[in-house]
Amino acid sequence: MANTAEAHHDDHDHHMPGFFTRWFCSTNHKDIGTLYILVSFIAAIIGGAMSWYIRLELAAPGIQYIDDFQFYNVLVTAHGFLMVFFVVMPAMIGGFGNWFVPLMIGAPDMAFPRMNNISLWLLVAGFILLLLSAVIGDGPGTGWTVYPPLSSQEYQPGPSVDLGILSLHLAGASSILGAINFIVTIFNMRAPGMTIHRMPLFVWAILITAFLLLLALPVLAGALTMLLTDRNFGTAFFVPGQGGDPVLWQHLFWFFGHPEVYIIIIPAFGIVSQIVSTFSNKPVFGYLGMAYAMSAIGVVGFIVWAHHMFTIGFDVSTRAYFTAATMVIAVPTGVKIFSWLATMWGGSIKFEVPMLYALGFIFLFVVGGVTGITLANASADLVFHDTYFVVAHFHYVMAIAAILAMFAGYFYWIGKMCGRKYPRGMAKLQFWVFFIGVNVLFFPQHFSGFAGMPRRIPDYPAPYEGWNYVSSLGALITMIGTILFFIIVWRTFYGEEAEANEWGEGATTLEWTVASPAPWHTHELLPDMTGKAPAE
Amino acid sequence: MLKRLFAAIAVVAVGVMMSADLAMAEMVEMRSKPWQLFFQEPMSPTAEKVYDFNVFLLWVEGLITIFVLGLMAYICIKFNAKANPKPSKTTHNTVLEVIWTGLPILILIIIAIPSLKILYFVDKTQDAEMTLKVIGNQWYWTYEYPDHDGLTFDSYPVPDDELKEGQPRLLSVDNPVVLPANTNIRLLLSSNDVIHNWAMPSLAIKLDTTPGRINETWTHINKPGNYYGMCSELCGVNHSFMPIHIKALPKTEFSNWLAKAKKEFATNETQKKDAPVRLAQAATAK
Repeated sequence: MANTAEAHHDDHDHHMPGFFTRWFCSTNHKDIGTLYILVSFIAAIIGGAMSWYIRLELAAPGIQYIDDFQFYNVLVTAHGFLMVFFVVMPAMIGGFGNWFVPLMIGAPDMAFPRMNNISLWLLVAGFILLLLSAVIGDGPGTGWTVYPPLSSQEYQPGPSVDLGILSLHLAGASSILGAINFIVTIFNMRAPGMTIHRMPLFVWAILITAFLLLLALPVLAGALTMLLTDRNFGTAFFVPGQGGDPVLWQHLFWFFGHPEVYIIIIPAFGIVSQIVSTFSNKPVFGYLGMAYAMSAIGVVGFIVWAHHMFTIGFDVSTRAYFTAATMVIAVPTGVKIFSWLATMWGGSIKFEVPMLYALGFIFLFVVGGVTGITLANASADLVFHDTYFVVAHFHYVMAIAAILAMFAGYFYWIGKMCGRKYPRGMAKLQFWVFFIGVNVLFFPQHFSGFAGMPRRIPDYPAPYEGWNYVSSLGALITMIGTILFFIIVWRTFYGEEAEANEWGEGATTLEWTVASPAPWHTHELLPDMTGKAPAE
Repeated sequence: MLKRLFAAIAVVAVGVMMSADLAMAEMVEMRSKPWQLFFQEPMSPTAEKVYDFNVFLLWVEGLITIFVLGLMAYICIKFNAKANPKPSKTTHNTVLEVIWTGLPILILIIIAIPSLKILYFVDKTQDAEMTLKVIGNQWYWTYEYPDHDGLTFDSYPVPDDELKEGQPRLLSVDNPVVLPANTNIRLLLSSNDVIHNWAMPSLAIKLDTTPGRINETWTHINKPGNYYGMCSELCGVNHSFMPIHIKALPKTEFSNWLAKAKKEFATNETQKKDAPVRLAQAATAK
């Protein structure tokens, strides 16, 4: 980051820290954000490669490439863990959150800069442990949901699942500490005049996500510890023969697991709000509605977990409750979708690449969301549970929508982060290749699900071949789109210099008032936000 | 005239014999078809209700999606920077906000009512005529008929190299579970090892088999036939290789089968002794 170093010398007299101190002992929210994004890129390549290998095998019935089915199950497991914990979360919360929350609220850094660094390196350690779990022993062949008894020592012997558990312990600790950091920063370090109801929606999103992390991750940590002791220290939390219950794991896991998916998507909501507003040259419609819709989604997200467990055999009236509660979430989500549309209505829309991605997000999140309505109904879910319909649903909302939001954030903010502009034409091409690729990849999976194809299988009966082949072609196109993205990342470093505000008058948040690349230390004098136009 | 009478009788007789044959041979084959877009045909009361409800849901969801897409297209055309250089500053419209909160609530209530009615219907039956116990194992199923002298047998997948003519790959088993059609059957599910899931798409059955737990549901198979499903909970390396094959017979034929089966599977000890060898075969099934 030579550019930020130069900008830094303009601001201060003392020396920049040396390479090791700057990058391994950082207390700078921008550098830590950059490192999180780097972790995310590396994990994305590995997790993506795993998914492409899976799609390669699934392109035709019969076994062509992966005849070790434990390895296949390990690929499925590792792909899930990598994408959720080491790609999306680090990029959006650790990456964009760290970079832009202090910038947007007018704070010079996070409340706890050293703890920020601990969070980052705990995540790196967790990442290494996850990779080790896949190569030491037989690998964890359990799916990211790690259900016992399959995940017990008897059925997954060796150290692999234990290494996976420890990996998640560290990643969880990383996120809990990060959540504390964000909450304290956002509550206490907003610039004078920036009340809670005047802060940008991206900051709201990170705040709500931080609370979800704080409350959900400890439950995962507890469950993981119980599994660890079951596997290694003779406890029997999940062992039916000794009075335990496998279903207990599922409740604990999904109590975390459902808020987790909102942890994934709420930052994306925040990014999309900023981008839609900027490129419509119009303030977000219904600011309070947007902020409290995200809050409602977060809160209700804690009381719907068992919709992931509709076929485990729990009581019918409880299934009725979880059906109703899950459907409730559609209401605040709809408020958000319509508010984004209303923001654009009457606006003056520029179809720059971040906006293309944001528009893609809005539409494809609706597609993924409506299949969620089907799955929310326990009776309808009866024919879809553990089929490719579920796989299609969650990939639409996570692999498509959330990833599109990540790309949107990258293209929106990269000029601010590194001081260079991305190549416009190539980025537009990359958008279309990726957009087409992911739709060809995941839309046919709905049909496989209708036809009854189960999840997590390396081979399938002949009739499922057609749509699987199309889906694998989509994976190929997506892979090309991903490679194009990394070429763009490379070329951006040699791109045109970016001005402080490359997006014009629609970009009204504080990060656009500082130079590009953002100086190493910003807001050393707090901006005075009293009397300024509120975020609404 | 007598010739005509004989001819008529012959035609009728042949007709009767043929229809009897048809009734015997009229076994539906319920598994997915290539390039299938939608559900397998519903073959139980549960499946019919679930199918219809899902169609209703798809209509609602499809209309919502098209509506949003249409709005977005209109917005992109009417309000792009060239068409509308001066943006408005509107950020509120209470009526609109009430509508887009209230209308979805209404739609969800309209969905929830049939949803919950069907949920209670599919849960269990009050008047079961027989019970079937299903036990999941790595990687095969065990079936027990507690109402029929505890008849028990295992149902192993047929490896590729042992498939006979007409047996679909990855869906065939050595001993399908035979059930009477047009009968209310209570299903009791459990497992001997890890969590499996007994699924039958055309009958809309899907329930986990969990060790230490007995789960209950029910079914009623509308037509005699061969029904195929696959294990639906990751259970280890051969998760995709433990199919479910239900052979539904008319009630009288079912009784005949029972008599034969009790003799065939009476030597359960032999079955169990064969189990390790069978397991090895299943593990190498490709």
